[in-house]
Amino acid sequence: MVEEEGFRRYIAHAILWIGIAIVAFPVYIAIVASTQDNALIANGQMSLLPGGHFFEVYYQTIFVGTSGSTREPVGNMMLNSLVMALAIAIGKIAISIISAYAIVYFRFPFRMAIFWIIFITLMLPVEVRIYPTYKIVADLHMLDSYAGLALPLIASATATLLFRQFFMTVPDELLEASRIDGAGPLRFFWDTLLPLSRTNMAALFVILFILGWNQYLWPLLITTRDDMQTIQVGIRKMITTTDALTEWPIVMATAVLAMLPPVFVVVAMQKLFVRGLVETEK
Amino acid sequence: MQKQAIFQSKLLPYALVAPQLAIVLIFFYWPALQAVIQSFLLQDAFGLSSTFVWFDNYIELFKDPAYFEAIVRTFFFSFAIAISSLSFALLLAVMADKPLRGSMLYRTLLIWPYAVAPPVVGVLWIFMLHPSLGVLSRYLRGLGVDWNPLLDGNQAAGLIILAAAWKQISYNFLFFLAGLQAIPRSVFEAAAIDGARPMRRFWTVTFPLLSPTIFFLLVVNIVYAFFDTFGIIDTMTRGGPGTSTVTLVYKVYSDGLLGGNLGSSAAQSVILMVMVIVLTGIQFRFVERKVTY
Repeated sequence: MVEEEGFRRYIAHAILWIGIAIVAFPVYIAIVASTQDNALIANGQMSLLPGGHFFEVYYQTIFVGTSGSTREPVGNMMLNSLVMALAIAIGKIAISIISAYAIVYFRFPFRMAIFWIIFITLMLPVEVRIYPTYKIVADLHMLDSYAGLALPLIASATATLLFRQFFMTVPDELLEASRIDGAGPLRFFWDTLLPLSRTNMAALFVILFILGWNQYLWPLLITTRDDMQTIQVGIRKMITTTDALTEWPIVMATAVLAMLPPVFVVVAMQKLFVRGLVETEK
Repeated sequence: MQKQAIFQSKLLPYALVAPQLAIVLIFFYWPALQAVIQSFLLQDAFGLSSTFVWFDNYIELFKDPAYFEAIVRTFFFSFAIAISSLSFALLLAVMADKPLRGSMLYRTLLIWPYAVAPPVVGVLWIFMLHPSLGVLSRYLRGLGVDWNPLLDGNQAAGLIILAAAWKQISYNFLFFLAGLQAIPRSVFEAAAIDGARPMRRFWTVTFPLLSPTIFFLLVVNIVYAFFDTFGIIDTMTRGGPGTSTVTLVYKVYSDGLLGGNLGSSAAQSVILMVMVIVLTGIQFRFVERKVTY
């Protein structure tokens, strides 16, 4: 073992705690601000200790919204974000796993061409083709709809490549065995391959859910109706350019609420999350 | 690599790839193609007619000093974000890699910012450093700094870099930790027996062995700074003051939205596409070499 005398160890603990403090400080401030009186904050007199308006502020945020810039309750925005994130995560996993299955377990004309068509999509995020994509979604009458929010973001290859990689490691004997049992391709997929992919799917789900929940530019462009707004777009609209009107406790409460689901997923599913992340990046 | 055991079926595989292909063609290839076509067209002010102008949009773009500035700014932001976030994350990862009590707790407390959305990051930081009501601005003024990122372009740029780097710490930390743990302990022990002190061990042993991870993260961070900072910029400064925080992606957005200059916006998109393809290509070549199947 490499020597690690007491003093150095204390330094390591200290540096880590400083790191954690830096990382956590903005969130602490947000939580504190979300329990205080707006007038106090607007005067630049914000206290660094929690105030007494917790229930009042969160009730107004979730069920009513700000009184000025957006009157949409944040509860509704969270619901929109949730639907979008789930649609992206589940949709992407579903279409990816079946196409990866086709590419690995069948030989058919244009197989490699199709693989490359899917592979190339890795290269371009939606941000760089934003206006033409917007136009197509508009032409298909999908503005202000959940389909418009989710479908264009489902179009990417990462998940397909991941499942392809995983299927390659599944031993051939499994297929032989289920063939002897008289199973066809769909049966093999459903009864053998899908249960084997469970952890991969779960890890991917964690990553994709966060990705979907945190989308910003795309929902900003294609939602015009307030009731279709996601929480990320809503929070930006709450900050008015004339600062005096911004209701900061509500903005901060919204920030806290917007962080809760993805942070909860990361912390609760830490192992799966790390696994999913490292695999996706390969 | 090919599977030996496969199924025979004529139609089933096509049915299985159909949903993916449909979505990719409609929402990916079609718009990408549109962007390329649009970038060669010049539209009149009402969008009623357009003429084919070859590379005029591109030439205009490169003659425009504002575009050149946006390129330089984007690269500057990217490197500033990557370097500051990477170095801090590396420091934390090296510390967390030591056999300390509570190291799992440290990890958990450090990784969650990954999950915070860019616009929320922007909101958190603009609130803390708001010129009139930010809690940190008070201390800055106490130190005699004339702090107003809403008026001072350099301060605004610094604020964006700070917030974007903050968000990326957790991601870099995770990959550094994974990279550190992949280095066999015996290497450190050998260096220790040779009498290398911890600092020297880090620079002569750990750092070179970690260089693939560092390079990989550098590319990922640059791509992140190109695209994911959009939400941070839009909530914090909206590109201002002036154009001091307008990056390439922000320019595509604002030129297309405000100017109605679709040809130029499309040409900008195409240039961005090429940049991303190059960056991803680098990443791939490199990862293919690193990962052994």
